[in-house]
Amino acid sequence: MLRIRKAPIGVGALFILLFPWVAGRLPVIEHYPDLMVFAGIYCLVTIGMSLLMGYAGQISLGHAAFYGIGAYASGILTTHYNLNPWLCILIGSAAATAVAVFVGAPSLRLRGHYLAMATLAFGIIVNIVFREEAEWTGGPDGMGGIPGLDIFGFSFDSIHKYYYLVWIVVAIAFFFTIRLIQSPTGRALRAIHASEAAASAMGIDISRSKIVVFSFSAILASVAGSLYAHYMNFINPSTFDTLFSIKLVIMIALGGMHTIWGAVVGSVLFAFLSFEWLHQFGEYEIVVYGLVLMMVTIYLPEGLVGLPGRIAQRVRR
Amino acid sequence: METISAASQLFQFIVTGLTVGAIYAMVAIGFNIIYNVTEIINLAQGEFVMLGGLIMVFMHVTVGLPMILAFVATVLLVTLTGMLLDRLAIKPIRQPSVMTLIIATIAASIVIKGAAMLIWGKSPYDLPAFSGRTPIELGGVVIQPQYLWVIGFLAVVTIGLTLFFNRTILGKAMAACADNPDAARLVGINVQNMVLLSFALSAAIGAIAGMTLTPIALMDYDRGAMLAIKGFGAAILGGLGSFSGAVLGGLLIGLIESLGAGFLLSGYKDAYALIVLLLVLFLRPSGIMGNFEVTKFKRF
Amino acid sequence: MASEPHRSHLLEIEDLVMAFGGLTALMNIQLRVDKGTIRAIIGPNGAGKTTLFNLITGVLSPTEGTIRFNGHVISGQKPHKIAALGISRTFQTVELFDNMTVIENVMVGRHLHINTSFLKCGLGLPAIRSQETAIEAHAMGLLNFIGLADKANSMADSLPLGERKILEIGRALATDPLLVCLDEPAAGLNETETETAARLIKAIKGKGVTVLLVEHDMKVIMNISDHITVLNYGEKIAEGTPEEIRGNPKVIQAYLGDSIAVI
Repeated sequence: MLRIRKAPIGVGALFILLFPWVAGRLPVIEHYPDLMVFAGIYCLVTIGMSLLMGYAGQISLGHAAFYGIGAYASGILTTHYNLNPWLCILIGSAAATAVAVFVGAPSLRLRGHYLAMATLAFGIIVNIVFREEAEWTGGPDGMGGIPGLDIFGFSFDSIHKYYYLVWIVVAIAFFFTIRLIQSPTGRALRAIHASEAAASAMGIDISRSKIVVFSFSAILASVAGSLYAHYMNFINPSTFDTLFSIKLVIMIALGGMHTIWGAVVGSVLFAFLSFEWLHQFGEYEIVVYGLVLMMVTIYLPEGLVGLPGRIAQRVRR
Repeated sequence: METISAASQLFQFIVTGLTVGAIYAMVAIGFNIIYNVTEIINLAQGEFVMLGGLIMVFMHVTVGLPMILAFVATVLLVTLTGMLLDRLAIKPIRQPSVMTLIIATIAASIVIKGAAMLIWGKSPYDLPAFSGRTPIELGGVVIQPQYLWVIGFLAVVTIGLTLFFNRTILGKAMAACADNPDAARLVGINVQNMVLLSFALSAAIGAIAGMTLTPIALMDYDRGAMLAIKGFGAAILGGLGSFSGAVLGGLLIGLIESLGAGFLLSGYKDAYALIVLLLVLFLRPSGIMGNFEVTKFKRF
Repeated sequence: MASEPHRSHLLEIEDLVMAFGGLTALMNIQLRVDKGTIRAIIGPNGAGKTTLFNLITGVLSPTEGTIRFNGHVISGQKPHKIAALGISRTFQTVELFDNMTVIENVMVGRHLHINTSFLKCGLGLPAIRSQETAIEAHAMGLLNFIGLADKANSMADSLPLGERKILEIGRALATDPLLVCLDEPAAGLNETETETAARLIKAIKGKGVTVLLVEHDMKVIMNISDHITVLNYGEKIAEGTPEEIRGNPKVIQAYLGDSIAVI
């Protein structure tokens, strides 16, 4: 049975809780909470994708599309229709679900490479829509003036406040997903990943399960996109392109595809690499990611979370 | 002033569509070669095309080699890249699963694209046309001679490969690996070398596509991904693994794209090929020339 | 064997044809299986036995003909729906869930008997947790029945082949099936393991579950089957009790060919 280890969660929660306070004390890392907002937003997307890829075994190379749908739903509905941002997040999730079911139903019948290409094509098409429908989206120049989030008069108008908001949402998603994995449904997903033939012989509706997981990951990505939009107050299509979809895959592969922790570790690490440590490389950043991905695929297929296990194996020899 | 008649506009779109379709066909052929031998879809296929164009620019324009020498040098370099891709990114993977292989080829394409960006920057490059730019007029339609080069090379490649796979020992050995790698190994065929050869061949064809395309549409570091996915669409439309399917699929996708952009929304140009790809995957994944029943039993 | 009235046939196959493009794998198959019996399907390789299983369990859709199970027409239905109607199976190439433990494999078999949803599971509702406890208990009971209780928490892929095959049978039983289709349960097993498997199959019959069995091991077949159906090149060439089949010249010819004298 999969048991959650309480210790890492405790440590992680403590870290997240105290981080802004610590960062505030050290000028050198004062800007880190802003970075961690992005890390949290990425986590939301990758937690869902990890369930899809690591547990249900379905690859998605187009998840930036759902991220974008959430962002543009928030952007368009607030700036064009003055709707309450929270309602926009809800509507964005509903839109993402509808698209996920519409695209997922035929796609998820496909396997392996066919599924990968279908999701890739889907992601590109959605990005083209963002670019072309300038009347709604502002086109390639993007759209601004997206309001921030507030609740009952309390406004999330500082980095620290948004940080806690994002990480509370991440915590909810994290615990929901962990509980799901340990449940009968989680077991059914793992069964599908191991052997679709046997899973369906046991009465599991494969198509339906895949679509549900796909939709769940789309909802998480959409909420993440909305949070992004309300944080940056400005969005443009190049944030939601194939390169970002691939970066998401890199985060998951880097952290570890087969555990939810892997998604979290990979996303946080990627945020630091991207905003901080590799920043000096500028455009070369992408080459580094490619090389890292190649190394991980060959030498560390379980990702970074698998590293302690690997070292332990070596030590035992 | 002469108004362009709807008919000649149509023919113009058709000519452009067939030309760009020939490029997609060559990309599709590259996919098919690797797929036939390894059942891998090489998501870095488009980067070979990109490299073909940019390296040719370097050889001919920067270094100043005469066209033919530059051509040969480019093909050799890109072929080498293809072989390195197999040996460095694919072969070392200990437990290859579909997902790992997909990620590996994506990683390779990122590295190649990134390197190209470092070397050539982001701006597009031009190449002189192989036989000049004096347009040929055929009944109201203007055809650039370079278009004929593209279609000519497609024909040469297709005929060459057909002869190679059917008449030469090496080609037959590769076909054997595609059919049954275990049996091939038993009769002494080195499957790993055949895999290497398939990457080499695909890279070479990709390079040719890139070189012939650049005088028409320029080339920049970022072009690979879109070419790859449209080429894949062509391969699937025609039936994955079939060369005649690749030609048919490529030309069809080129036409659909050109006509769509010409008569419908031009901003959505790239989307047309992708929508066709999705429709094929959803409705008839075996493609036009593929065997419907056989597809159900394919390994993936 | 006198023809039985419709109602006692659990499984009825009528005029079944399966063609893949130009190749006809099964032709004109008629089959009636009585409740509570063990029916063996035998025949040389390529006779169409696994194809028949795949048709019964919904992996394939017949080109022609009907399959009826417990009053329902199941031909052409999806595998998970057929499983819900009461048919479960094992696979020739043991398809265990190697990413799980032994007991988890069996617990998957209970999927049909739980009331759950994605949302309820993620929320960790107490109803889900109590069902999970029940599932675990039921699975443990089955592991006791098949003799693998001591390996409950081992990973499925750590078991030797004999135990993997037994586990797969146990998992198939977890769905509480009316009919279980066993595809070569003794293949690759040594004598002791084969005896264990044979005993288990007889015990399954003892619980009232009907068994459809594809097997090559003649000793097992003759020992435990109530009736045998013989296929060759996609057609039924003989049917009867083990005694009737044993001396049947058509059967011997199918396996050995004309040139070998009948012993």
